Amino acid sequence: MATKNLLQAIHEGLAEEMRADESIMVLGEDVGRAGGVFRVTQGLVEEFGTTRVMDTPLAESLIVGSAIGLSVNGMRPVAEIQFGDFIPPAFDQIINEAAKFYYRSNGAWNCPLTIRAPYGVVPGGALYHSQSIEAWFCNTPGLKVVAPTFPADAKAMIKSAIRDPNPVLFLEHKRTYRLIKEEVPENGHEVRLGKARVHREGADITVVAYGLMLYAALEVANKLSEEQGVETEVVEPRTLYPLDNETILDSAKKTGKVLVVSEANLTGSFSGEIAAIVAREAFEWLDGPVTRLGAPDVPAAAFARPMMDRFLPSAEEIEAAMLELARY
Amino acid sequence: MAIRETNARHEALGLDDDDLRRMHYYMLLARRVDERSWILNRQGKAAFVISCQGQEGAQVGAACNLRPGNDYLYPYYRDSGMTMLLGQTPRDQFLSLLGKEEDPNSGGRQMPGHYSDRKLNIVTASAPVGVQYPQAAGTALAFKMRGEDGVVLVCGGEASTSGGDWHEAMNFAGIHDLPVVFFVENNVYAISVPAKFQVAGSIAKRAEGYGFPGHEVDGNDVLAVYEVAKEAFERARAGAGPTLIEAKTYRMTAHSSDDDDRRYREREEIEEWRQKDPIIRFEKYLIENGVLEEAERDEISDRIKAEVAEASEYAENAPFAEPDDVLTGVYAEG
Repeated sequence: MATKNLLQAIHEGLAEEMRADESIMVLGEDVGRAGGVFRVTQGLVEEFGTTRVMDTPLAESLIVGSAIGLSVNGMRPVAEIQFGDFIPPAFDQIINEAAKFYYRSNGAWNCPLTIRAPYGVVPGGALYHSQSIEAWFCNTPGLKVVAPTFPADAKAMIKSAIRDPNPVLFLEHKRTYRLIKEEVPENGHEVRLGKARVHREGADITVVAYGLMLYAALEVANKLSEEQGVETEVVEPRTLYPLDNETILDSAKKTGKVLVVSEANLTGSFSGEIAAIVAREAFEWLDGPVTRLGAPDVPAAAFARPMMDRFLPSAEEIEAAMLELARY
Repeated sequence: MAIRETNARHEALGLDDDDLRRMHYYMLLARRVDERSWILNRQGKAAFVISCQGQEGAQVGAACNLRPGNDYLYPYYRDSGMTMLLGQTPRDQFLSLLGKEEDPNSGGRQMPGHYSDRKLNIVTASAPVGVQYPQAAGTALAFKMRGEDGVVLVCGGEASTSGGDWHEAMNFAGIHDLPVVFFVENNVYAISVPAKFQVAGSIAKRAEGYGFPGHEVDGNDVLAVYEVAKEAFERARAGAGPTLIEAKTYRMTAHSSDDDDRRYREREEIEEWRQKDPIIRFEKYLIENGVLEEAERDEISDRIKAEVAEASEYAENAPFAEPDDVLTGVYAEG
């Protein structure tokens, strides 16, 4: 079994699906000869040609809108939005169109469509190559929003997304693309959408996190275990919408203390939804306040590195929040 | 002499008397269904009406070229002349108008005019204007990728050309020579805003900039529309790429049952266009050319009237979906 990083794993998932089913195609800006700005689609155009790996004009509404039209005529398109920050022109096509096709046609039309979008803070990315866009979409019944963080999960979930009969927004944290390598099965590994993952078991506190913050939470959890004997259960939603409430609530009931960490602007972020569910459904088991950590309510990360670092929840802040909860 | 010239007109298009009668039937049917819808609205039975009146000739002339269930149609909310020509019935129209369970478009979920029919390849429509164009381009791309000869007909009013989606789709269709016919029904008004404040220059001429033909046509002349649409469909089917058609027509009713057009347009202007009513014009042609006798026209009109009355009554008596149906069918299974 080969070890792969996140972007290699997504690439492999795409390539395997395209080999197995010729209705599957990718389209977006620079996905062809350039192989995508992050190289996720590198080599696909050589194997599958310029139609199934189509460079589109720089027009996000067209990219998603045409993918909808492809999906209702026998194709299974994977549309790439180069950076999540540039997805707003496609908002109408995602929110009002793809997500509502099935419901509004009373089940006659569905959109088997995957939209890949890199998100999250990255050095040098600044305001328009950094945003966490998940909350914009997690209020949209009919759409699925997934955000896997580990390579093996990401490969399995891009396949699940492609095979899903519904539109799926597939979010990839840019800074996790090359962060780690892990063993990624060639074939057969399946992760169904809508299922969270418990990365680390623990009896004292629960941390719910995804993206880059998940790695930070796991590191702090190991440190607190070694240094202070605090045992943290770390839960990754993997699918944000619809959310796997059960796995999160099971953990909340076990530890009685829940911290949600993401790098989205805190107010109105999806972590608020997770916190609300825990506060209501696990109330009787809670021994401390449901706590959230996120970015400050400023527009987005800055270009200059010191300001960018200040924007993100730091390992120290995460540790302090975890310890505060543990001491309740 | 005049008769022979006009005769040559439909014969040159390959249309026989039955074809013409069929076109006339659907134009008149669309008009009568629409008129009945307003009555149901004024009776307090229909919450909302959006009309096709004045545009039936454009709609039927274009949609005659579709092969139902093979080609795709992306209609806009006035295109009842198209959807009925393809196979939807007056019952379907009234079931949708009244939001009943059997409404084939949405089972009572959407407003009237938001057409959908999977078996007829009528792709589900929504209310935001212009979103259908990129979708239509994508559907056409699928045909082209598979080497099939399907054609996509996508429709909108003149205001649907103002937003980016229309231009993005035109550009994409031009780049890849996609088998799509852009059909703009320029009915002069976007609710209250007249075309002179909506459209710079000419819609039809914009096609040239995207590298394919654009035609302006008298949208109240069903045969003229049929002629340019036929050429556009043939071109698309042959793999030669897209065509833009701007059908100049007129919205004879208010925007919708919630609009009062006396606030923004003169009655005289509507009266002028009534003289150019596409149905009256076509009936005149049919009678002059011996395709229809006056008595036969009256008989057809009576038959449609009865059909519409029956359909309306059926829909009025049809049940609503269970309230809990609103909670179902958010995600497709599988």
